[in-house]
Amino acid sequence: MAEAAGVAAESLVGGRARAACTVLNQVVLPGEELLLPEQEDAEGPGGTGERLRLNAGARPRVRVVCGPGLRRCGDRLLVTKCGRLRHKEPGGSGGGVYWVDSQQKRYVPVKGDHVIGIVTAKSGDIFKVDVGGSEPASLSYLAFEGATKRNRPNVQVGDLVYGQFVVANKDMEPEMVCIDSCGRANGMGVIGQDGLLFKVTLGLIRKLLAPDCEIIQEVGKLYPLEIVFGMNGRIWVKAKTVQQTLILANILEACEHMTADQRKQIFSRLAES
Amino acid sequence: MQADAKIRTEVGTESGPRGPVCSLRHFACEQNLLSRPDGSASFLQGDTSILAGVYGPAEVKVSKEIFNKATLEVILRPKIGLPGVAEKSRERLIRNTCEAVVLGALHPRTSITIVLQVISDAGSLLACCLNAACMALVDAGVPMRALFCGVTCALDSDGTLVLDPTAKQEKEARAVLTFALDGVDQKLLMSTTKGLYSDSELQQCLAAAQAASQHVFRFYRESLQRRYSKS
Repeated sequence: MAEAAGVAAESLVGGRARAACTVLNQVVLPGEELLLPEQEDAEGPGGTGERLRLNAGARPRVRVVCGPGLRRCGDRLLVTKCGRLRHKEPGGSGGGVYWVDSQQKRYVPVKGDHVIGIVTAKSGDIFKVDVGGSEPASLSYLAFEGATKRNRPNVQVGDLVYGQFVVANKDMEPEMVCIDSCGRANGMGVIGQDGLLFKVTLGLIRKLLAPDCEIIQEVGKLYPLEIVFGMNGRIWVKAKTVQQTLILANILEACEHMTADQRKQIFSRLAES
Repeated sequence: MQADAKIRTEVGTESGPRGPVCSLRHFACEQNLLSRPDGSASFLQGDTSILAGVYGPAEVKVSKEIFNKATLEVILRPKIGLPGVAEKSRERLIRNTCEAVVLGALHPRTSITIVLQVISDAGSLLACCLNAACMALVDAGVPMRALFCGVTCALDSDGTLVLDPTAKQEKEARAVLTFALDGVDQKLLMSTTKGLYSDSELQQCLAAAQAASQHVFRFYRESLQRRYSKS
């Protein structure tokens, strides 16, 4: 917190563009402009940045990918969402990926995301699935493992399905499938009868699905459980008894506003009881 | 999550009898306090308090659908009774301001609805509505070009400038001017005025509002940093 306050003092909103690498993992606000590392050198104290850019062809071009919350604005990055700026080093050479980690609740479909949807309608050969976005996604009855025209999958209105987006962009209706590219279910499909579905923020889902997240390991030690995470902020959980299911759901919901130490305490207390 | 900051500044009190006295009342802001909307915020300026909720990008009625951008809707609910002409006029001003900063083209054929509930009105209502709407939009994660804020100035009969006036000061004032300013270079997004003022007074008010907006934006940053301090 102390370092964050220091940054706030030196740069107000609307201050000059800051270098992206200096604000990594710090809070950025909409409207801020970020300079990419290679531009910093060009726009150094010499002030000859504009000249240098004219022969940009001579410089090796660096590929930078703008993730959620960032937009290209000329040769800078414009922040459009509030959150912490993250960066991922590229595999090869280049600038890597920048994105803003925000805590929002509304989901916007993204191609390739695995989500939990609720079947809301059956019309002809497609199902309409509510995924929490601005319009329902469509799911073909052939997009299930082993489904053929003769052998229809058993999907009823109200069922939960776990699937993946194959079409998701701002101009088209999102389309889901419950098979991978090899035609295997690979864990996707209709989710079983009981269990509990609840909603959390999208930031929490990303935190839980991070490869180095200890919460899932800790939760797994408490009770045997089945759990499904949808990138759209939905979690489905099922344990042996209703009581255990509710405890798990409450723990996961509470994880959002706890620090790592607080979580450790909670888990050790639960393991004792 | 409650962020409270006392920001009171006196600028140019000794610059002459007509010098502007720039003092804003206390700010307080709380984000994400409602569970149902996608984003929510309550904003307090002195005794004026507004609760804002944002839904979106959500499904839109076919009649209101715009094919290349999001439909922005602002609903302002008064404390008691039904919304009247004054509320409708404020809704329109807020909507025009939000449309200028929200990147609606990223979510075509969707709706972004901002619901503002007046909790208490003790002057500078429109400015407080704008601030609450901005914080709720940020909380909902709606893509925005810039942050924005509202600042109200009142000019009383002897030409003294009062920033962020109370209801009593507003009533006694000769002119009341409200500006919406963006967070990048404090450019004017919207202005609405009531009463009689001269050309130079308008410029004076605008300059004072721009100076005051720096404090509002600093407050925004502090309260958002506090919100993200735990993640």
